[in-house]
Amino acid sequence: MKLSPSLVVGAALSAFYLIAALVSFAWTPYPVEELNIADKLRPPSATYWLGTDHFGRDVFSMLMVGARTSIGVAVMAVGIGMGIGVPLGLAAAANRNSLFDEFIMRGNDLVFAFPSLVIAILITAVFGPSAINAILAIGIFNIPVFARVTRGAALSLWTLDYIFSARVAGKRAFLISVEHILPNIANLLVVQGTIQFSLGILMEAGLSYVGLGTQPPTPSWGRMLAEAQTMIYLAPRLALLPGLAILTMVLGLNLLGDGLRDHFDPQIRRAR
Amino acid sequence: MFRYLALRFASLCLSLLVASIVIFAIVEIIPGDPASYMLGLNAAPDTVAALKEELGLTGSALSRYVDWTTGMLVGDFGTSYTYRVPVSELVVARLFISLPLAIYALILSTAIAFPVGLIAAARRGTATDFGIMGATQLGIALPNFWFAMLLVVVFAVGLRWFSAGGFPGWDEGIAAGLKSLTLPAIALALPQASILARVMRSALLETLSMDYVRTARAKGLSRRQAVVGHALRNALIPVLTIIGLQFSFLLAGAIIIENVFFLPGLGRLIFQGITQRDLVVVESVVMLLVFAVVTVNFLVDIAYAAVDPRLRIRS
Repeated sequence: MKLSPSLVVGAALSAFYLIAALVSFAWTPYPVEELNIADKLRPPSATYWLGTDHFGRDVFSMLMVGARTSIGVAVMAVGIGMGIGVPLGLAAAANRNSLFDEFIMRGNDLVFAFPSLVIAILITAVFGPSAINAILAIGIFNIPVFARVTRGAALSLWTLDYIFSARVAGKRAFLISVEHILPNIANLLVVQGTIQFSLGILMEAGLSYVGLGTQPPTPSWGRMLAEAQTMIYLAPRLALLPGLAILTMVLGLNLLGDGLRDHFDPQIRRAR
Repeated sequence: MFRYLALRFASLCLSLLVASIVIFAIVEIIPGDPASYMLGLNAAPDTVAALKEELGLTGSALSRYVDWTTGMLVGDFGTSYTYRVPVSELVVARLFISLPLAIYALILSTAIAFPVGLIAAARRGTATDFGIMGATQLGIALPNFWFAMLLVVVFAVGLRWFSAGGFPGWDEGIAAGLKSLTLPAIALALPQASILARVMRSALLETLSMDYVRTARAKGLSRRQAVVGHALRNALIPVLTIIGLQFSFLLAGAIIIENVFFLPGLGRLIFQGITQRDLVVVESVVMLLVFAVVTVNFLVDIAYAAVDPRLRIRS
């Protein structure tokens, strides 16, 4: 089967940043926490591939570690959302129209009604700015997203004959959910996960930009932008590169999500 | 219709109640006591106690919660620790910047998205459609605060069409005020317009494939008449949802953009409150933003009923 261009481009961009993030654990051209004032604000050269910042830190190395920070925060935030949201959604669908289902759904509506960024800012401000609190703040708002997607997809499966057969055979709702429903909605969850992942990266960048996310000396794209803002005329490169990194990474993830959705759903593929 | 509205209103009230409890609880467990924080390490205990009394920090959490919420109902948001003025005064002054900014951005976003989405749907499958879809993908991925920085570099520093930040105040005239809100509004609007244009396109494509549109065409309506008279109206339902969600996003998203442009709006007020540990300001402004968001969503639900008679009848 032919792969769609958005799937290929999206997967390539996402893989590029994932590899950069993984490699940064083992190797970066320069240590990112080392200040070298003598070499500050150097333009790109053979020594410093993308130049240095106002503390003489190597921008290429910082971008690599920044990818690790972004991906790490987003992965854990999606993990929280999936880990709690999917079981809630499965349980709500298994007990559809019960008080429990109603409670879960109304609770979801409530969380959806909250301006997530404002609450995330409140949480990080109260518990102290840190990457962990940013993860929690972003993750909480992922829970209702996954709960809703899971419940909606699971509900339509519960009406199908093979689920009915399993029920007639005496299989418990919990086992049906885990063994029959979950594998059949996994595609959908992967697509939603990709979308929430890219939103998480944007949110982490925003929180770090205003100083409420990842803290120094750990490099993050959002904070690199905040630091570059005052030197935007002196070294515009410092403000351009982290922004481009965020843009292309989020673009890659969105394309990957779109591509995966089309790939998994032949109906959409035909309609296009 | 009445039942529908009553149900929606009940859920509005419930949302606000839960929001106030959550916000109060988060701020309650903040580490450190605001009174001792304000007075510094060497403050005498009785001075701290006196300030606590003055700020209304004595008494049980429940009584403080009741005081806070009942106060807000009559427009009393408490007194700012640091500014020593009623929070409502601070909020009103800043609302005159944040609200026009959000509305400005929403108008821009809708004005861009409607024609763009319409053209993409009408030229489905062509190079124009492909180009528009590609551009909106980029727009969605664009971090708005970075886009704001680029706008400043190009239009404020390079071309000198706008100032790089700050707000002259509405006393300088509406034109001057709007001018200083233009770059922030564009920065907020463009990513939102990208999302809205895509929603508009797919909603239109869906309604265009409906039988009633074909019937309308068979009756002799031109393609334009069929789109405007039938398809567009039905496509508006998902579009309205997104517009409602976007307004709340624009109000809240403005927090970061206001910092890029040094606009003295609600967003900067929250940040100042956070750094100065001015809890009364923080919790009241956050509550106000939640109130605005929930109310807008409520209004969108009412707008649904106006656009879609089925919703009225079904309930």
